[in-house]
Amino acid sequence: MKMRRIYVNEKWCLGCHLCEYNCAFSNSAETDMVKALKDVHINPRIRIEEEGNIHFAVSCRHCEEPLCVKGCIMGALSIEDGVIMIDQDKCVGCCTCILMCPYGAIMPSDTGVMQKCELCVKNAGGTPACVESCPNRAIVFEER
Amino acid sequence: MAINFLYPDHEVVRNPQRCIACRVCERQCANEVHSYDEELNLMKADDTKCVNCHRCVSLCPTMALKIVKTDHTFKENANWTGETIKELYRQAGTGGVLLSSMGNPKPYPVYWDRLLINASQVTNPSIDPLREPMETRAYLGKKPERIERDQNGEIVNNLTPQLELNVPIMFSAMSYGSISYNAHESLARAARELGTLYNTGEGGLHEDFYEYSANTIVQVASGRFGVYKDYLNAGAAVEIKMGQGAKPGIGGHLPGQKIVGDVSRTRMIPEGSDAISPAPHHDIYSIEDLRQLVYSLKEATDYKKPVIVKIAAVHNVAAIASGVARSGADIIAIDGFRGGTGAAPTRIRDNVGIPIELALASVDQRLRDEGIRNNVSIVVGGSIRSSADVVKAIALGADAVYIATGALLALGCHLCRSCQTGKCNWGIATQEPELVKRLNPDVGSERLVNLVHAWEHEIKEIMGGMGINSIEALKGNRLMLRGIGLNEKELEILGVKYAGE
Amino acid sequence: MKYVIIGNSAAAIGCIEGIRQQDKNGEITVIAGEPHHTYSRPAISYLLCGKTTEERMKYRPDDFYQKMNCTVMLGRNVTRIEPEEKWLFLEDGTAVEYDKLLIATGSRPFVPGIEGLEGVKEQYTFMSLDDAMALDEALGSGGRVLIMGAGLIGLKCAEGIARKAGSIDVVDLADRILPSILDAEAARPVQEHIEKQGIQFHLGDGVQKFKGNTAVLSSGKEIGFDILVVAVGVRPNVELAREAGIEVRKGIVTDERCGTSLPDIYAAGDCTESYDITTGEHKPLALLPNAYMQGECAGFNMAGSSKTYDRAIPMNAIGFFDLHMITAGSYDGECFIRKNGGDYKMLVSKDGVLKGFILIGDVARAGIYTSLIREQTPLETVDYELIKEKPQLMAFSRTERAKKLGGAAV
Repeated sequence: MKMRRIYVNEKWCLGCHLCEYNCAFSNSAETDMVKALKDVHINPRIRIEEEGNIHFAVSCRHCEEPLCVKGCIMGALSIEDGVIMIDQDKCVGCCTCILMCPYGAIMPSDTGVMQKCELCVKNAGGTPACVESCPNRAIVFEER
Repeated sequence: MAINFLYPDHEVVRNPQRCIACRVCERQCANEVHSYDEELNLMKADDTKCVNCHRCVSLCPTMALKIVKTDHTFKENANWTGETIKELYRQAGTGGVLLSSMGNPKPYPVYWDRLLINASQVTNPSIDPLREPMETRAYLGKKPERIERDQNGEIVNNLTPQLELNVPIMFSAMSYGSISYNAHESLARAARELGTLYNTGEGGLHEDFYEYSANTIVQVASGRFGVYKDYLNAGAAVEIKMGQGAKPGIGGHLPGQKIVGDVSRTRMIPEGSDAISPAPHHDIYSIEDLRQLVYSLKEATDYKKPVIVKIAAVHNVAAIASGVARSGADIIAIDGFRGGTGAAPTRIRDNVGIPIELALASVDQRLRDEGIRNNVSIVVGGSIRSSADVVKAIALGADAVYIATGALLALGCHLCRSCQTGKCNWGIATQEPELVKRLNPDVGSERLVNLVHAWEHEIKEIMGGMGINSIEALKGNRLMLRGIGLNEKELEILGVKYAGE
Repeated sequence: MKYVIIGNSAAAIGCIEGIRQQDKNGEITVIAGEPHHTYSRPAISYLLCGKTTEERMKYRPDDFYQKMNCTVMLGRNVTRIEPEEKWLFLEDGTAVEYDKLLIATGSRPFVPGIEGLEGVKEQYTFMSLDDAMALDEALGSGGRVLIMGAGLIGLKCAEGIARKAGSIDVVDLADRILPSILDAEAARPVQEHIEKQGIQFHLGDGVQKFKGNTAVLSSGKEIGFDILVVAVGVRPNVELAREAGIEVRKGIVTDERCGTSLPDIYAAGDCTESYDITTGEHKPLALLPNAYMQGECAGFNMAGSSKTYDRAIPMNAIGFFDLHMITAGSYDGECFIRKNGGDYKMLVSKDGVLKGFILIGDVARAGIYTSLIREQTPLETVDYELIKEKPQLMAFSRTERAKKLGGAAV
């Protein structure tokens, strides 16, 4: 399905980790970043991988053939308008999606059930927070 | 350990209530100012390393940081200021020439700010640029004295090569080496999109950028780095750099550690060797010599490219320009004493040269007086800070302006004036790959285009206000300017009346 | 086009969703013996321990059949398929015609013949929602439970009822728990972890006979119990297919398009054999993701499209009392083992590709390993040292990463 997705160009990723913090903030219920993240060990849905001078962010690719959705034993993962969403009420934290995802882009939330990037459709709307906060346009939200 | 005579100029102020210890500041500071104390879960800062470039401030997601000027002070002394004392200490410690970068920061008069622009009222209507066409196109190059016809009465094209600019603003010379690959790419892409030109500086032209050749001015300077036939023909024009506003009379020196990889290949000198541009061109000791170089470059480019001669604004600038205008050059570029640089001896930068406003006015007047104004176009640079400066420059007689510091600011430069360290946190004046990648040319070129578009809108607005719908009609139109806070002599040189006159 | 699906679990749902991606209008009829709205079978243990509810364990929303425009015939059993006529019959003699048929009859618990078993009144299996409800009711407020089988089902059952049961004993012929997914080394700490919850294991031992509510083991040990759960394995439900003349080995034989040996009849899920790419064997892989993907593949092909499913591998994500483990593939090959506190990792490579892995404790990003197996990625094209360290995309080449993160979606 032609839709806007998050794409990462490691050439421009600085490894600053702002995407992670803004993801955590965006997915908190807070309106103030300090209140949301001060003295908090963040558990963002986008994660930086880094090794030497290489850095890049990884988050859900919103695959057209999502193995996580197909594999979910609870039917907790589904595709809504191309966006792979997780119903955390249904999820029992069995980790089958972790087993399935080729990108390692799905992980446990603080409550034990799984969490994943939902393109900020439930919170900010518009542009995902990681994209918005990337200082070097290494993370973009576009149709390809 | 020797006594440390120097207290840091700036202090990093962190609001602990806002800091979330995300460590972005730490990761982004190439000067290693910030560090994280795991035990205390606290960010710390070493003020002695801070150059006040604002990279951390700009990226801090909670705005927990600011950099303030220290209030630590010497005993007040109007003669021996704190800065003077510190510079002296530094030299007593190192025995070296003080180096700095970017333009002269001293409080000399800024004449742009003492010139006011006219507007129409009642008797001649102003023009609304949103409703009516407004021409900002400029053509640079020698203009024919008269129309020539053949025996059939047909017009003979006697026009020498011209540069066509959509806006009378170009990006002035900054070499690949002094600024990064990504900075160059940003400039090149922006120039193409804007329909203007950027300038290679004396660093040669990276092979990747030959595709922007229609928007490139290739420079030939005293070191002749990277110059060969293809290079000369790759540009839309060739610029001979005789001098630079930030350091008139001084050559350039790019240290060997910056001559790596592509920089070395592009400059055509061995890796690690210092790139030394001599103070003079060793083959130019007279206008006649200059003429030889101008024509040898024209020969090499088949007389298809205008040749620009760039000089620094110095005391005899008018006489020098007169000579240049007779040398066969098509365009004279004059660089004022506030022009930027990647590195210059501080004393030179701060004490040599004259303001561009005065240089421009006197050159334009001199060439008119001598009847050779049409021999050349005049481009001025050296701290054009806004569209108002552009309008004033054109009214004083310029055909176009060069901007460089302004362009770098658009790219993120915060004028910390530490280019010479090579650790530019904004990825501009550096060759370190980890820093260079901080400037994504997608972002950089977009910001440059935004800047020039914004200025273009403002220029049209100002022109419309004066009832002028073409930049040509503004050129040298000093009646559109009035001076304020200027003495008789200054008014005379600028060729403007006093406000109220 | 008339599509008929026998079954109502993952494979059937996959098939419906597969068909509907291709054909919005064809008639779909779902026939299943169980009377319930489609639900997650693996969820039954979570139901018993209260991590989910009957409502939340529905595999698809309530309006699923309606949205998918399906006719559902639940609580109805198919008795016969007549491939020549392209119809099938239900218990009550109703004939249902089909153009394309999917057999997704699943599997059933295997109950071994043991002396005295018929005399055990409270005996249960643990596969369906009804099984779980019955067991839950029998448990009431306690009772001693004996579970035969320390495999995935037996232990999930143990976890599900741990808080309710008075005591739990688990017997298995194998010398270790979870023999199908763990090697001895990995099984030990998991066993210890489960034992801490008060569950007792009797391994390398089997029930020889039952004397009323006492199991007599081969070793001579006797275990008294109130409730018996038989979880020694599952058998594919292949009778319907076999009688229709479809080729069956251990499971229904299918090709990579999920077609059976007869035209217009497809099969998917636990009742079939899959081709395990890690061993090259055809065998039943009773796994929910496998079932779904087979079903979906069948659905595409039934609707006239062309899709293949040829990447099956055994794989499991499972946890017991908050200890998670993820395993995949086969363990025949060169092993890399790393233990770190409570975490255990084993990677198995052979012929230059990753064949299998076991992760216990830290299971983060395990899917990167799974995909190496599934895609049979030559390990020489990745940085295996980094891969050993942890699953990471850093181990791939820059170009490969650019495809994965910047290119077209997979």
